[in-house]
Amino acid sequence: MDVLKKVPVREQDPKVRASNFEEVCLGYGKEEAMEEASRCLKCKQNAKCVSGCPVAINIPAFIKEVEAGDFLKAAEIIAEASALPAVCGRVCPQESQCEGKCIRGIKGEPISIGKLERFVADWSREAGFVPAKPERTNGKKVAVIGSGPAGLTCAGDLAKLGYEVTIFEALHEPGGVLIYGIPEFRLPKDTVVRHEVENVKRLGVTIETNVIIGKSVTIDQLMEEEGFQAVFIGSGAGLPKFMGIPGENANGVFSANEYLTRNNLMKAFRQDYDTPIIGGKKVAVVGGGNVAMDAARTALRLGAQVHIVYRRSEAELPARVEEVHHAKEEGVIFDLLTNPVEILTDENDWVKGMVVRKMELGEPDASGRRRPVEVPGSDFTIEVDTVIMSLGTSPNPLISSTTEGLEINKWKCIIADETNGKTTKEGVYAGGDAVTGAATVILAMEAGKAGARGIHEYLKNK
Amino acid sequence: MYKILKAEKLADKIYLMDVEAPRVAKGCQPGEFVIVKMDETGERIPLTICDYNREKGTVTIVFQTVGASTLKMASLQAGDGFQDITGPLGRPSEFVSEELEEVKKRSYLFVAGGVGAAPVYPQVKWMKEKGIAVDVIVGAKSKELVILEDKMKEAAEHLYITTDDGSYVRKGMVTDVIQDLVTVQGKHYDVCVAIGPMIMMKFVCKLTKELNLPTIVSMNPIMVDGTGMCGACWLSVGDQVKFACVDGPEFDGHLVNFDQAMKRQQMYRTEEGRAMLRVQEGDTHHGGCGQCGGDR
Repeated sequence: MDVLKKVPVREQDPKVRASNFEEVCLGYGKEEAMEEASRCLKCKQNAKCVSGCPVAINIPAFIKEVEAGDFLKAAEIIAEASALPAVCGRVCPQESQCEGKCIRGIKGEPISIGKLERFVADWSREAGFVPAKPERTNGKKVAVIGSGPAGLTCAGDLAKLGYEVTIFEALHEPGGVLIYGIPEFRLPKDTVVRHEVENVKRLGVTIETNVIIGKSVTIDQLMEEEGFQAVFIGSGAGLPKFMGIPGENANGVFSANEYLTRNNLMKAFRQDYDTPIIGGKKVAVVGGGNVAMDAARTALRLGAQVHIVYRRSEAELPARVEEVHHAKEEGVIFDLLTNPVEILTDENDWVKGMVVRKMELGEPDASGRRRPVEVPGSDFTIEVDTVIMSLGTSPNPLISSTTEGLEINKWKCIIADETNGKTTKEGVYAGGDAVTGAATVILAMEAGKAGARGIHEYLKNK
Repeated sequence: MYKILKAEKLADKIYLMDVEAPRVAKGCQPGEFVIVKMDETGERIPLTICDYNREKGTVTIVFQTVGASTLKMASLQAGDGFQDITGPLGRPSEFVSEELEEVKKRSYLFVAGGVGAAPVYPQVKWMKEKGIAVDVIVGAKSKELVILEDKMKEAAEHLYITTDDGSYVRKGMVTDVIQDLVTVQGKHYDVCVAIGPMIMMKFVCKLTKELNLPTIVSMNPIMVDGTGMCGACWLSVGDQVKFACVDGPEFDGHLVNFDQAMKRQQMYRTEEGRAMLRVQEGDTHHGGCGQCGGDR
């Protein structure tokens, strides 16, 4: 064994997986996990990986237990900090967080912390380990809006502190982006997401689905009529953005949100479900983030030839390196430094092509990335029958517009204190994409934890 | 589960159900809609709220069987239930939030086509409750397809029924009745509310534009989540892009691009047809439809 190298993780063969929705990464087995854990230097003080983890899991401690083969103990250590380890082990950008700070990574490859977390979570699920329900509640009711990563984390932490927590979810199934956004082949729904949602319920949290805050009931009504003493808003960023180019209203143009929701939440890829999806034969996905990769790899699995159309170069792709790598392996074609100008349609208003323009990189912009500049006279047409717009999302204004005293900024994000989630309205806290705009699962979880701390601080002496 | 208290077949392919949905019934208003999902594998289907009972916590929905999911829904009986009902969604009709005195000054004409009588009814009922007399036109293909006639008669000042084939009351389209009321009988209306198939709304708007009669329509495009998330329900209204689920479903009919909306509605037609064949023919369907691939 080479201590400088990660124990490789088994994956489904790219050719095989490009036509199924089974999980791509197969994860470590016991021996592989223990071997990988043995590479860890077990830094005693101020372990860098812990400071790189938004929810501060005691990483060296759980890895030590993995090495010793006490996986239950490892699971308990992770559970102190995270309610969604099987999710995080799969979708966290570890390369820029815990693993990015790993001392082992200075000379060789960092420890595969994410894969170890995933192993422990999967092992404990299969072993039937469930979190213990707090013995008694303190009788104080807290409402959590949204059952995505921010809401589940906040609810779990508050339940452990003894609060009576109800999560209100707008869709028919809890999980938020974990259910409607991230596809099955990256995050299995039945085994992983549902199980971790169940674990949050086992802590005593009630989840009421099909409730749209701002329509079915307002925050003010929850506090005045239904006895909730505090509210945490973790409603995410669900509104899709479009480019505003000619032809964008054609049949065959979808937001990535619609495409993924049909496929993931409504399970359109399965013959036994009624919701239809248009797979397309030649699909262009516009955008370069993780959502764009998810949409591209979904279309690929539905049988299409898929192009990612992105206006900057590969170095600027906002998606995780692992996702880009997987997409390429599966056969997704990358048209980089290319920007759509117009969508062409046939006589029935169906997409038949897309005019794109070549770009080159200029000076860095406000984001620090080099700004793409159009190359004059470089337009050309690509033949496609489906276009998926994956340009990011913004928060839904439904809650802010129906809650008096809740202030938002010019991007329609709720204004909240980063350290405790406090908003401009008393008793109301917020965190996750609803506050920051679209970001990652783990950052939403960090905000959920901060919100739980803020609410506990507010309610403990009430 | 959301329990069905009453299930009734109103006409060929048209069904009415009273369903327990307390959170929806508590605050819903005319113009709003719900999304129903029958079971695990069903679609999310947007349906306008036809009626509600705040004390009993029930809402009344009316639907027509058009695809696989609605066909399955039609088999539900009292005592059965829907797995999911969510709402109310969309914006209430404009008059609900306007000054009542202003609304009372206006003269309203409601036009319902086919199953569109269901979303028109709560608006007419609201008017009746507020003491406002309104005229209502109900159009249907034939006598058997006229729904909610008694309820409508009770709530409307005048009810005009017309059938395409002349099998009931009079023969003709709803536009013929509008033309008759306004140009022949010389009646004056300030606002027309027209709800029905897109093609009907398109022709009503064409006529009322000529008559200079402001017209509100309720759009029913393809939706998935119904909360503003997917963008599937987008429409061109004037020079703006609007989402029926959060900006509507009611819009200024003179600004809606109906031709585009109708083309968009066709997007999944073959996909829906395929799913419907699976339901109708079940295990006996093994291809030949050219769609399902069962013969490949």
